[in-house]
Amino acid sequence: MSNLQLLVDAPILLVQLIVDGLLVGAIFALAAYGMALVWGVMNVINVAQGEFVMIGGYVAYAIYTLGIHPLFGVPAAALFLFVLGWAIYRLVIFRVVDRDLFISLLATFGLSILIQQLLNQIFTSDVQSADAGLDTLFLFNGLVTVSEIKLVAFALTFVIAVCLVVFLKSSRLGQAIRATAQNARAARILGIDTDRVYAATYALNAALCGAAGALVAMTWVIQPFQGLAYTVRSFMIVVVAGLGNLPGVIVAALGLGAAEQLAGFILGAEFQIAFVFGLLVVVLLARSYRLRRKRQYLK
Amino acid sequence: MTGSPNGAMLEAVNVSKRFGGVVANSGISLFVQPGEIVGLIGPNGSGKTTLFNSIVGFHPVDAGTIRFAGREISRLRVPEIARLGLVRTFQQTRVYGRMSGLENMRISIPHKRETLATMLSRFPPEVDEKAERLLEFVGLYEKRHLAAGDLSFGQQKLLEFAMALMNEPKMLLLDEPTAGINPTLINGLIDRLRRANADLGITLLVIEHNMRVIMNLAERIYCLAHGELLAEGAPEDLRTDQRVIDAYLGAH
Amino acid sequence: MRPNARTFVGYAALAVAGLLGPLVLPAYTTQFAFLWVMVVFALTWDVLGGQMGYNSFGNVVYFGIGMYVCAIVQVAPFTDLAEYTSAYGTQDIGLSHLQYYAGLAAGCLVAAVVAVAVAFVLGSGILGLRGHYFAICTLGLGIAAGEIAAGIDIIGAGSGMVTPLYPGEIDARNRFFYYLCFALAVVTFFTLRRLYAGRFGLAINAIRDDEDKAEAMGIHTTRYKTVAWCIAAFFLAISGGLVGNMVGFIDPTDVAFSAATFGVWMVLMAILGGKGTIWGPVLGAVIFHVTQELFWTYLLGWQRVALGLSIVLIVIFFPQGIVGWLRERFPERFGPRIEAASEQAGEPAR
Repeated sequence: MSNLQLLVDAPILLVQLIVDGLLVGAIFALAAYGMALVWGVMNVINVAQGEFVMIGGYVAYAIYTLGIHPLFGVPAAALFLFVLGWAIYRLVIFRVVDRDLFISLLATFGLSILIQQLLNQIFTSDVQSADAGLDTLFLFNGLVTVSEIKLVAFALTFVIAVCLVVFLKSSRLGQAIRATAQNARAARILGIDTDRVYAATYALNAALCGAAGALVAMTWVIQPFQGLAYTVRSFMIVVVAGLGNLPGVIVAALGLGAAEQLAGFILGAEFQIAFVFGLLVVVLLARSYRLRRKRQYLK
Repeated sequence: MTGSPNGAMLEAVNVSKRFGGVVANSGISLFVQPGEIVGLIGPNGSGKTTLFNSIVGFHPVDAGTIRFAGREISRLRVPEIARLGLVRTFQQTRVYGRMSGLENMRISIPHKRETLATMLSRFPPEVDEKAERLLEFVGLYEKRHLAAGDLSFGQQKLLEFAMALMNEPKMLLLDEPTAGINPTLINGLIDRLRRANADLGITLLVIEHNMRVIMNLAERIYCLAHGELLAEGAPEDLRTDQRVIDAYLGAH
Repeated sequence: MRPNARTFVGYAALAVAGLLGPLVLPAYTTQFAFLWVMVVFALTWDVLGGQMGYNSFGNVVYFGIGMYVCAIVQVAPFTDLAEYTSAYGTQDIGLSHLQYYAGLAAGCLVAAVVAVAVAFVLGSGILGLRGHYFAICTLGLGIAAGEIAAGIDIIGAGSGMVTPLYPGEIDARNRFFYYLCFALAVVTFFTLRRLYAGRFGLAINAIRDDEDKAEAMGIHTTRYKTVAWCIAAFFLAISGGLVGNMVGFIDPTDVAFSAATFGVWMVLMAILGGKGTIWGPVLGAVIFHVTQELFWTYLLGWQRVALGLSIVLIVIFFPQGIVGWLRERFPERFGPRIEAASEQAGEPAR
């Protein structure tokens, strides 16, 4: 806990941690919003969310090893994962959409394990990253460092989010998605092919994760077994923000990013993962407690 | 007003409940004397089930008090209220689908005192005897080993009623007990309700849409409309009450 | 009591296999021991998952707690704990037979008590969650526990702990632990069978079928849920104590609190065999364990990939499990049996 004393003595460290946290939080927001989409539209919690992120990361890594600049990995990963997501929907997800929520939870959990282990077999369990070759910025007399790639990633997530919102508001498919999220039965009666909407939503989510993953590969590290942490982060953010609340998702995601960095510093890096999963438990319990006072429960 | 609230088994005073912007119950007061059969009628959306839910503790009320056997219950939770002897049946009929009828009955015994020892114990044979008697009473004895979920809707309703009786309640809140039942079987159900009241001494508060049933069954009736108490009195009086007639006709 | 011929054969086969296994195939003694541990895993998961409808991904928490607490109780009276763990197993505390057995017994007992206490405390909050919130929360719990354990130095942090050396030969040790695991599995099975036949079984089934209705009928749902988790924690903790000693070392994230292996297997075995039945988890555990050993031999690293694939396939195409499938297909032979009240002492109809 001497780190806590450090923070008090040198508050500039706080700035560093928060800046880092906000920058990585933006990436969390992408994955979280994708999860909220799939959850809201087809009532499926995609436990393989983090694995999609990792696949995206490995796509960026792969093209980096081929000598291409990893920023191209963002669209490449998004495209690759869009197709993969559609395929997974057609093979697996469509069979669990209308069933017991636990069945869809377990099915995507099985997928998550399948993907983790496949990635492990292919890429080994070493951590990897893709160097974008950008500089570092030094602020506040060099006390705060910000890698330019993280700023680029932040800007990109903003661009992607704007595109997503525009797509959902204006395009036909986007409107169909929103209609189905509100009331699938009504959408079907109005002639919307809900199966197609589900497939598109799932694929879109996968693409979002892919883009996020490519950014993670460039700003942080990727590893086959780190996916679950991203799934849990996304879930937490959605639970806190609520479905269909994009501003809430962004705020919660940025907050989580900052909180994680702070916790990692104060508690020690070896407890950062424990913090994420422990926070999940705390968030759910806090929510549950508040609802129980009104004699309700989380649905 | 016929009768007075003194010594009432159940008394609701000025109960109000809103959901967001919608006022479901507004200042409703009613009472039920021990041993009475009281009806609760009103067009769809008038707040009858919400009132039931408030009484049994399914959600907290915004204002008002609710007393059962003299005791304030508006702050208690659902299981606690049920254990005091106030049991309700559901409009959509809820039974434990994967358990057999007999098992549904067994687990519906009163759970007043529950210690670790009782939780891990077996059921004494008296429980099965009583369960079978009650199943016989509702005519489900032959089907007692079938999974409750496999019974027809009407049979499930009867099972739910039997389970409620098994719980040895002082008072039953019945939410549309004859809804969805074959008309030829309705008389049988009314008869059983009367017998439960007369022989077992169970006080009844019944939500009903079937006018013939409730006019025959109830001694007193309350009518709700738009979340408020519209009228109260003996069946003959309400049948000819213009406000009640308007409420029903106006609701269409 | 007139036991059904089929169940008699089932019990006899397991008794023979259980008692004679290590004598007939001594080379596989430890694998057999793990089979019984898997049976305990599946049965304890099913109390919550199959019988009560609360699918937990975090039961492994109690297994890990049991493992650590038992080892601590075994080691702490004889040496300084911090010194022992930082020696990474090079410190031999030289226990006599009596000290070892007494320590093991005390360790398992304390482990069970601690786990039950933890279940009681955690349950008061976590069991208020339902459905997928409960499942994901327990997943978080399991993983967080492992990560926290990996950060506490006095119990060895990331390197874990080494359990005391058995005062005897390795063959005798393997047989000793085998029979303990077998005994645990047998006790767990019969305890649960007895509980399912009474009030407890019906109460948790009612919670599964319609928790709101159960509350509306006055059932103390919170109490039953907590007791169910405590019972699972009890047996899991003891199995943890035994496995820790069998394997020889405790690794916080890969062995003790391994949500990715044991945690997931618990769920899969019970579903594969048929959740909500007493024999389902047993069957599922046996099949899973045997298959897993084969996979390991033939697929090596790809066995985990196969595990993921199996989960997806089973959940989608075979969610009723073996016993469930048998009951649907051959209801006359495997469906629920009706017994007269006087025969209640026999096998319950599930």
